[in-house]
Amino acid sequence: MSNWSLFLIILSYLGLLFYIALWAERNKKSKWVNNSYIYVLSLAVYCSAWTYYGSIGIAADTGINFLTIYLGPVIAAPLWIVLLRKVIRISAQHKISSLADFISLRYGKNRFLGALVTIICVIGILPYLSLQLKAVSETFEIMTQKSEYVSTSIFDDSTFYIALILAIFAAFFGTQATDASEKRRGIIMSVAFESLIKLVFFLTIGIYVTFYLFDGTTDIVNQFSSRPNFDSLVTLGGLEEGFTWFFTIILSFIAIFLLPRQFQVSVLENHRKKHIKTAIWMFPLYLLLFNIFVIFIAWAGKLKLGDGVNSEYFTLFLPLNEGNVFLAILVFLGGLSAVISMVIVSSLALSIMVSNNLIIPYGFLSNFIKNKSEQNVKNIKNIRRVAIFLIIIVSYAFYYGFSVELSLYSIGLISFVVISQLAPSFFIGLFWNRGASKGAIIGIIGGFLVTFYTLLLPFTIEALTGDRSFVENGLFSIETLRPHALFGLNFLSPPAHAFFWSISVNIFLYIYFSLNTKGNYRERNYAEMFVDSENYDSLQDGAFVWKGEAYVKDIKEMLAKFLGESQAQKSLKTFFTKYDQPADTELADAKLIHFSEQVLTGTIGSASAKILISSVVKEEEVSLTEVLKVLQESKEAIAESKVLKEKSQELQGLTFQLKDANQELIEKDRQKDEFLDTVAHELKTPLTGIRASTELLLEDAEMPNEIREQFLSNMLQDSERLSRLINNILDFEKLANNKRELNMQQHDLSKTISKTITSLETAAAKRKVSLVQKNVHGIQLYYDEDRMIQVFTNLISNAVKFCEPEVGIVTVDYKLGNESIDISVTDNGKGVLKEDQGLIFEKFYQSKNQNTIKPQGTGLGLSISKQIIEKHNGKIWLDKKYNRGARFNIKIPTV
Amino acid sequence: MNERNKILIVDDEPNIVMTLEYAFKKQDFEVFIARDGSEALEILKEKTPNIILLDVMMPKVDGYKTLELIKQNEELKETKVVFLTAKSKTKDVEKGMSLGADKYLTKPFSIKKVVNEIKELIES
Repeated sequence: MSNWSLFLIILSYLGLLFYIALWAERNKKSKWVNNSYIYVLSLAVYCSAWTYYGSIGIAADTGINFLTIYLGPVIAAPLWIVLLRKVIRISAQHKISSLADFISLRYGKNRFLGALVTIICVIGILPYLSLQLKAVSETFEIMTQKSEYVSTSIFDDSTFYIALILAIFAAFFGTQATDASEKRRGIIMSVAFESLIKLVFFLTIGIYVTFYLFDGTTDIVNQFSSRPNFDSLVTLGGLEEGFTWFFTIILSFIAIFLLPRQFQVSVLENHRKKHIKTAIWMFPLYLLLFNIFVIFIAWAGKLKLGDGVNSEYFTLFLPLNEGNVFLAILVFLGGLSAVISMVIVSSLALSIMVSNNLIIPYGFLSNFIKNKSEQNVKNIKNIRRVAIFLIIIVSYAFYYGFSVELSLYSIGLISFVVISQLAPSFFIGLFWNRGASKGAIIGIIGGFLVTFYTLLLPFTIEALTGDRSFVENGLFSIETLRPHALFGLNFLSPPAHAFFWSISVNIFLYIYFSLNTKGNYRERNYAEMFVDSENYDSLQDGAFVWKGEAYVKDIKEMLAKFLGESQAQKSLKTFFTKYDQPADTELADAKLIHFSEQVLTGTIGSASAKILISSVVKEEEVSLTEVLKVLQESKEAIAESKVLKEKSQELQGLTFQLKDANQELIEKDRQKDEFLDTVAHELKTPLTGIRASTELLLEDAEMPNEIREQFLSNMLQDSERLSRLINNILDFEKLANNKRELNMQQHDLSKTISKTITSLETAAAKRKVSLVQKNVHGIQLYYDEDRMIQVFTNLISNAVKFCEPEVGIVTVDYKLGNESIDISVTDNGKGVLKEDQGLIFEKFYQSKNQNTIKPQGTGLGLSISKQIIEKHNGKIWLDKKYNRGARFNIKIPTV
Repeated sequence: MNERNKILIVDDEPNIVMTLEYAFKKQDFEVFIARDGSEALEILKEKTPNIILLDVMMPKVDGYKTLELIKQNEELKETKVVFLTAKSKTKDVEKGMSLGADKYLTKPFSIKKVVNEIKELIES
């Protein structure tokens, strides 16, 4: 394959990535851009060329050691729910834009610490970056089959151009906003896409090698197991190698948090904390998929190609060896994806650190104070762009100049060890509020020096001169100072050994100097805010302690220099509204100072923000005890407000109960009113008739006899109605208030019914309605006979009332069940109207559908009947399904 | 006034209606009787009484509703309407008057007084 065609393929692939990034930037709100899968795939930036190519080299040469790099992250994943959540919350709250910012803020916005972290990151990552470029260059050569050709000039080297394009890509999409804490959707989307590509292509080559070139995994294992050193490749070499495993796993555990690119994607680019939940299971799954075929490809390579070729590139050599160029191109693009995402995210993360924690606080601040806002924004962006280019160019130069034979794996681990020096101040600082900046600085420097002596120095000397005497004999030929076996610790691999000593020294110094320094108040203030972030989340700016004199006008001017006039105005307005302060406030308080520092942090880093703001305010020293007192007070205020909240909730509950009770009372009152109203009306009506008739009879002597008789009989009727009503009301009242005791005796139901029917016969005959008792079998039951007669009378006379004369029949029937007796009173009248069905048992309810002009009852009959039956523990109801008249059913238990 | 006075009695209590009918006939009124609001409205389609005596609590269409419907009829705007009901609470009286009744009399009543009130109302 020719140089040019491959370069063309690379260019079109990069074009595709540009397009994806651009699309994501323009569709920031799309659900394709904002979902947890994109987040998880972006985390997979962890899998760089080292994973893609390097793992296979390790697997081929030393067996399963490559797994340690993935076991750390797998162990870390479940802890994310606590750890990563906390880090993300703090970062969002303080507008943190890089790892250096995070650490420097924790230790009171310490400028030197921020710069130190930046330098450590640059030292750790630059060689790592250069190795990525090396992988591109080497695979490019393999693809174009010109491995004998060594480029003589930079401009002859395709890798140089690729690096340049990557720098443009990172600079373009990485500096869209001046506020570095803004999310970069474009870059993240392209990284996620690349993560998908590299996994799919890696799986493709894995399946191709295992199932196409060989007969499945067993075939490879069978063929390979006959080789002499097989056992050592699949087992751990005893306890000593176990320690190496242990330390390497811790190392990768730290790396998944602290590699600048991981911090960038997992913390800074996270925009929903709930995405972590998906990441917890999906990211380990991704790593598992990536590692399934590694060992088989490695062994397959050894079997097919022997020891003669660089085992790191088996994935390319194997398909090329079979003449499958297309597959090799896919593998190459997968590897390129791994490189691109790593280089872009790393250079971006580093550039922010370099600009916000190194260049701006140590050189440009005074310029910024003088400049206008547009100039400042332009300058900040340019600093970052230049930083990105510089980082990538220097990495390229490193690769170009150091044309040493270093494996991807070893350089990767060196990188990890360097970065791990940040772990004590990062992790311990999150949970220990005494951790001080002095401890952090001395710890990091001490740890780094140990790393330098035990790992970087011997590595460089050996790589440059090939002389192993330093490693074998130690400094000044003192044996205890041998760099790979310090103080006789000689069984660990060099990275594990360096990690062990450096991290021990680092932790010791960190704790020792933290315990022995008081620290200034600012430091302690932020320590409390970080360690107890959950609590101070609700306090927000209130947890910041500050004493001094500052004018809003000065602060506004300072903000305007970086945000522009209108944005500064807007920010302050938001602040004043939030804290309910008048817009023309003159003197700034602690909250405003903290707020303005936060606003600037995203743009120029926390240390610079602090320096800038303090340049316009007159700050007084606050004693540590004062800080602690204020914080304690805030904590107590929170606790108190919690108690208050609980109490008010309790109170609210009581209020609701009271309301309900009151509602019930009102309802009862209303019912009583209604009852009295109805009673009054029912009493007044016959009384009116009697009064008016009497008056006429008294005054009108000439009244004809028949009319006189009519009036007299009306009066009699009305009087009867009155007494019936009064009796009913008294009955009802007694039943309702449980004043009437039932006179329970044994009776024959059949006799009771016939008694009732006999007493009603005359009235029924008047309306020409016949009464029928269907069942006449005697049944002995216990009940109050008088009351039961009252019920039957009510039901039967109601039925008579609603029947048509001549054809009307009222039937009374009963049936003995297992534990109850069922009685029914049925008529063939017009039935009960649908609208009446639910109401007929209510007191004083009278159907509006009666045959007579005026209902002859009191409206209490059914209501009283219901009470009587219920007193017998029974039930009375209207049979709603019966449609040839009305049927009332009664069920009374017999036991 | 040459023409006979006409009165419409709307009440569902036959015993009460009987006394009123007797008393007004005695005063030479022409008496119409309705047992509820809907019957009253039927009668009012053909007759135009000077006065309507209206009960409130009646089946189907009650007195208040009946008055509302009467008020919509242009031909009846000369007709006076008097409530004669057992509902005697202040809020009931207010409701009746606000609907446009000319008088509100409560049960139980003195028949002499009712007749006098009605006559007065007609003459006014």
